[in-house]
Amino acid sequence: MDAEKIQPLTEEQEFSINMGPQHPSTHGVLRLMLKLQGEMVREVKPQLGYIHRGIEKMCEKLTYPQTIHLTDRLDYLSAHILNESVCLAVENALEVEVPDRVKYVRTIIDELNRIASHQLWWCAFGMDLGALTTFFYGLRDREKILDIFEETCGARLLLSYNVPGGLMFDIHPNFQKRTKDFIKYFRKKLPEYDALLTGNPIMQERTKGIGYFSKEDAINFGLSGPPGRASGFSCDVRVHQPYSAYPFAKFKEILYTEGDTFHRYKVRIDEMWESMNIIEQLIDNIPEGDFAVKMKPVIKLPEGEYYQRVEAARGEFGVYIVSDGNKNPYRMKFRSPNFCNLAPLHKMSVGYKIADLVAISGSLDFVVPDMDR
Amino acid sequence: MKSIINYLAEIFRGVSALIKGMKVTGYYFIHPGEIVTQQYPENRKKLVMFERFKGEVVMIHNENNEHHCTACGICEMNCPNGSIEIISKTVTSEDGKKKKVLAHHIYHLGMCTFCNLCVKTCPSNALKMDQTFEHAVFDRTKLTKVLNRPGSVLMKGVDK
Ligand code: SF4
Ligand code: SF4
Repeated sequence: MDAEKIQPLTEEQEFSINMGPQHPSTHGVLRLMLKLQGEMVREVKPQLGYIHRGIEKMCEKLTYPQTIHLTDRLDYLSAHILNESVCLAVENALEVEVPDRVKYVRTIIDELNRIASHQLWWCAFGMDLGALTTFFYGLRDREKILDIFEETCGARLLLSYNVPGGLMFDIHPNFQKRTKDFIKYFRKKLPEYDALLTGNPIMQERTKGIGYFSKEDAINFGLSGPPGRASGFSCDVRVHQPYSAYPFAKFKEILYTEGDTFHRYKVRIDEMWESMNIIEQLIDNIPEGDFAVKMKPVIKLPEGEYYQRVEAARGEFGVYIVSDGNKNPYRMKFRSPNFCNLAPLHKMSVGYKIADLVAISGSLDFVVPDMDR
Repeated sequence: MKSIINYLAEIFRGVSALIKGMKVTGYYFIHPGEIVTQQYPENRKKLVMFERFKGEVVMIHNENNEHHCTACGICEMNCPNGSIEIISKTVTSEDGKKKKVLAHHIYHLGMCTFCNLCVKTCPSNALKMDQTFEHAVFDRTKLTKVLNRPGSVLMKGVDK
């Protein structure tokens, strides 16, 4: 190349750079168009569409029980919770009351799912900051939960364990014992997470005070889940609109007001403790009874609109069904937490270095298939 | 003076956090019994999957090569992605009645999402999930399977 044509960049000049779509720290095919000035981030423009599968449109051709396996493929790390949202919406529309046993089992698996999801987030967050060790420790503990899932639900990640009216099968005889063993095990192991990462001065330097987001902004941007609660926005659906067996359990909503990356981290670590509390309260009291109510072979919802919110691991997930009385939905819309949590990325990271952007996007815990659907 | 003390305190904090972290990793270094890694291809013979694990859909056959499938097509209807095709044929029984029986139960493993709906909705419990998981093949046509074994017939007494 001609040497004269290369123009050296002055310090004030801005330049654009693409981060992703195949960049490991964007956790999937997310493309961030960055405007940088030196190492300073001046603008972040997320570009979506690389993993768009048209799931909402596909749902219009499927019956209600069939749509459930597609919700698995949105936020695959909280598959069971998303399955539940569709089931709850259908059950509420048909005014079916599921047995208490179903509610308890659903809630326990929800919370196990939340722990597994936060464990994987912890692995990936450590990796984003350059601590490879965390990845192995997190996956080691997550494996125990996946074993529980595999034994009871038949799958490790995409569970498809919920069906309208109850569960696919009854819980496995070993389920309670395994879950209790896991809680006992994980209560011992969770402090290791703090020893490895939370107390580390490098990690604290890189996260404390970085990516501050105020409560007003959090509400304006519709932030939910752990990022919202780190900013002091009380948005836990489990507390404000309890579903399944959450009314039977006592737990507190984790709230911080600092709103920086470190506290988004803290919320998730604390939530793992809280999830274990919930499981411990429910696991011994699973009532006897049926694992499903008998539904008609062809489920038709009465004409109307139905909305159901649940608290997925990354925030509030909503499913909105418009029914015209047929066996398939006329329109099915998902309110996915990741899409809403992506919006503030620009505001959070402007003025920080590009390495901070990685920490911030790690603390928002993106699952890209959930944004794109 | 103050900055020097701060500087030293910083170093001390860093080192103590490092030691704390190293204690965790060191513990596992001297306790190899707590390592959970499995040596996968080597332990293949001993590896047992959980009995509910959804590996692939298979048809249940008894020792006389009989199955339960009445070719009703309910599983085909319930499959969300068209992984199942039922091909039936009409046969005339000894007493002259025409009857629809199963010719081929075709299953596309490559499209299946392991949602278990076919197994659950089958009215005569003809299907089940197998625990195999090593599905890699060199040619994708090998992923299309015929579930009823050659020569198999409907079990006596099973009817619509
Ligand atoms: S496998 Fe079951 S559902 Fe499918 S055609 Fe045969 S009998 Fe009917
Ligand atoms: S498991 Fe689901 S996707 Fe697979 S063949 Fe059965 S119904 Fe179809």
